[in-house]
Amino acid sequence: MDWNTILSQTITQAVGVLAVIYCLAAVGLNVHFGYTGLLNFGQSGFLAVAAYGLAVTVANIGLSFWAGIVVGIIAAILLALLLGIPTLRLRADYLAIVTIAAAEIIRLIVRSVTFREWFGGSDGITRFADSFYDLNPFSGPLALGPLKFSQNDLWVVTVGWILVALTSLLVWSLMRSPWGRVLRGIREDEDAVRSLGKNVYAYKMQSLILGGVIGALGGFVSAIAFQSVQPDTFSTDFTFFAYTILILGGAARIFGPIVGTMIFWALLVFIGEFLSEAVSAGVITFITSTQVGQIRFMLVGLGLMMLMIFRPQGIFGDRKELALDAR
Amino acid sequence: MRRRAAALLAALVAAAALVVGLGASPASASSLGGPVLYGTVTSDGTGVQGVTITATNDSGFSGEATTDAKGAWEIKTPKSGTYTVTLDEATLPDGVALTADSGNTRTVNALLGKVRIQFPTGEATGGGASKAEQAVQLTVDGLLLGLILALAALGVSLIYGTTGLTNFAHGELVTLGALSTYFYSAVLNLPLVISAVLALISCGILGAIQDKVLWKQLRRRGTGLIAMLVVSIGLGIFVRYLFLFFFGGATQQFPEFSGQEGLEFGPLAITPKAIIGAIAAIIAILASIYWLLKTRMGKASRAVADNPALASASGIDVERVINVVWILGATLAALSGILVGLTSGVSWNMGQQILLLIFAAVTVGGLGTAFGALLGSIIVGLLIQLSTLFIPPELKSVGALFILIIILLVRPQGLLGRRERIG
Repeated sequence: MDWNTILSQTITQAVGVLAVIYCLAAVGLNVHFGYTGLLNFGQSGFLAVAAYGLAVTVANIGLSFWAGIVVGIIAAILLALLLGIPTLRLRADYLAIVTIAAAEIIRLIVRSVTFREWFGGSDGITRFADSFYDLNPFSGPLALGPLKFSQNDLWVVTVGWILVALTSLLVWSLMRSPWGRVLRGIREDEDAVRSLGKNVYAYKMQSLILGGVIGALGGFVSAIAFQSVQPDTFSTDFTFFAYTILILGGAARIFGPIVGTMIFWALLVFIGEFLSEAVSAGVITFITSTQVGQIRFMLVGLGLMMLMIFRPQGIFGDRKELALDAR
Repeated sequence: MRRRAAALLAALVAAAALVVGLGASPASASSLGGPVLYGTVTSDGTGVQGVTITATNDSGFSGEATTDAKGAWEIKTPKSGTYTVTLDEATLPDGVALTADSGNTRTVNALLGKVRIQFPTGEATGGGASKAEQAVQLTVDGLLLGLILALAALGVSLIYGTTGLTNFAHGELVTLGALSTYFYSAVLNLPLVISAVLALISCGILGAIQDKVLWKQLRRRGTGLIAMLVVSIGLGIFVRYLFLFFFGGATQQFPEFSGQEGLEFGPLAITPKAIIGAIAAIIAILASIYWLLKTRMGKASRAVADNPALASASGIDVERVINVVWILGATLAALSGILVGLTSGVSWNMGQQILLLIFAAVTVGGLGTAFGALLGSIIVGLLIQLSTLFIPPELKSVGALFILIIILLVRPQGLLGRRERIG
């Protein structure tokens, strides 16, 4: 049993690239679900259109990296409009079904052989973010105690957590504003807000766009960090994991997604590494190393259930504020 | 009460584990030590036998395999690395061809474990079937798919109607039906028909247990509908990976009827197992309709769907009705899973793959209306199959999901839904 590796992996990945991606997705979901009560199950779709928008613009059309970022953000806004127009007037579970369907449509289209020329099929698109790494101010890898990052990862992670900080700050200030109070009002009682003369539909749409664009930033980080976009990264399970993170940390709380991400990844990586080490050291003999990954997923599912049943407000949330029950 | 819920949950898990437990197929270690390349060549859901596949790498390794009766092949490699896998198109039987564009070679970067390589095949194009003939075949295929979806959709709709729960774990009930049939037939070596009946019974029981152990407790706690929806997502993830843990990632065929010859009726080819499956589905659906319309319990379930408080005040045992609805829903879903397993094999995530189509069917017909679910299923089934006349088959589900969005734009309550349920 190599406890040093386990510990180092756990700490590194709790703030690593994947943590940043999930955190941005969860900050976006916090706007949708935590503050507005919108049940968006298609967050992976927002990440996918942003990542593919960037990749296609740079690799296939040949425009610059920053043009790719603009295209990705526009794609996320368009997706929000496309999803919102038919469903935001309807009950919450309709939005859930339509958003999950839309995310699957996007995934099936980008992985199809028919559009292979554009999106690269199931292999995706690679190597399009060189100009981002050209800006890297770090001259070497980081090895701070157990915390270990390569030179490129360090740059991605730094930018990623800055994005998390900026978006969290934005969400915090917006939610203190009159605009944010209307959103929370919609979450608690839509009809009451409507009777005050507010255009609930427009507020919901703005919330969907804002959360979607924050999610899109996660899509960029994912595309840049791996220098590749692949359709199956953006599966529905991704969205559900982001929900688990949000609920774990506490929805409708600024630090909810951040704390949730770190705890989620620390636990997930620790359990995975621990079991793998135990299997390879022969301490645990009744499972194989491939089954370790499956146990981790089972624990995520079980954790999501248990959280929702016994502590729906998560670690930080306020049960009174989060009356998690839309109509 | 928490302790009791947890204990009951553990019992549920143990029961589910028992059902699939003996089906465990741990990944076999390769004698050569490197990753194992494998795959299945199928055409229309049945295995293609005698196809030669070769794998080579830069350092001179060359391995060859021929597909068995189920279309499965496996090549053991000496070490991790990049392999070029080639399918010899000359060994494909007449009328079967590789689907266009993807070609007959794959380059894979195999690291460890088992690496699945797919060669999508289908009926050879240019075989001369006209659009009209294809349309006839696709209509029949679409109706079959519609029946399969209807079985599952009926359960989703009834459960939604009586409890308000949008059950994202319904796909796992579908998988459970197929997996338990596989367990009884392939592991316990019982005849398939008996296995199927046993599977239906055990899934019905598990449905009742699931309701009693989990959902009834949540209703009693006053858990909100959205919270219950999220719980069902968690349950779905948990059960799905439990299946993967015990069953493994490969698609398996039932031991009987896997490579059945199709009967020809003019331009139409249909396998006897599909006909029998369709008859079983129709009988199950008719029985459910009879139950809903004519029996006391069925009428009570409609009363509960209409207004639970009023139903309860009129002396209907609401919890009992809901429990029966769960038994019915789980049994129908299991039958749906068995039918999917007969045509396209059994895998750990087969239910998840059709879950969105089930939701599309239910929404198109109208959430919470049983007849809407039937109508919606047939429409979605036909649409998916017939759309392949115009769009590539790999995108057929996209068309169905797209229609779902269009329907919500123009008639959000669904075809048979009531207006007040939507806002």
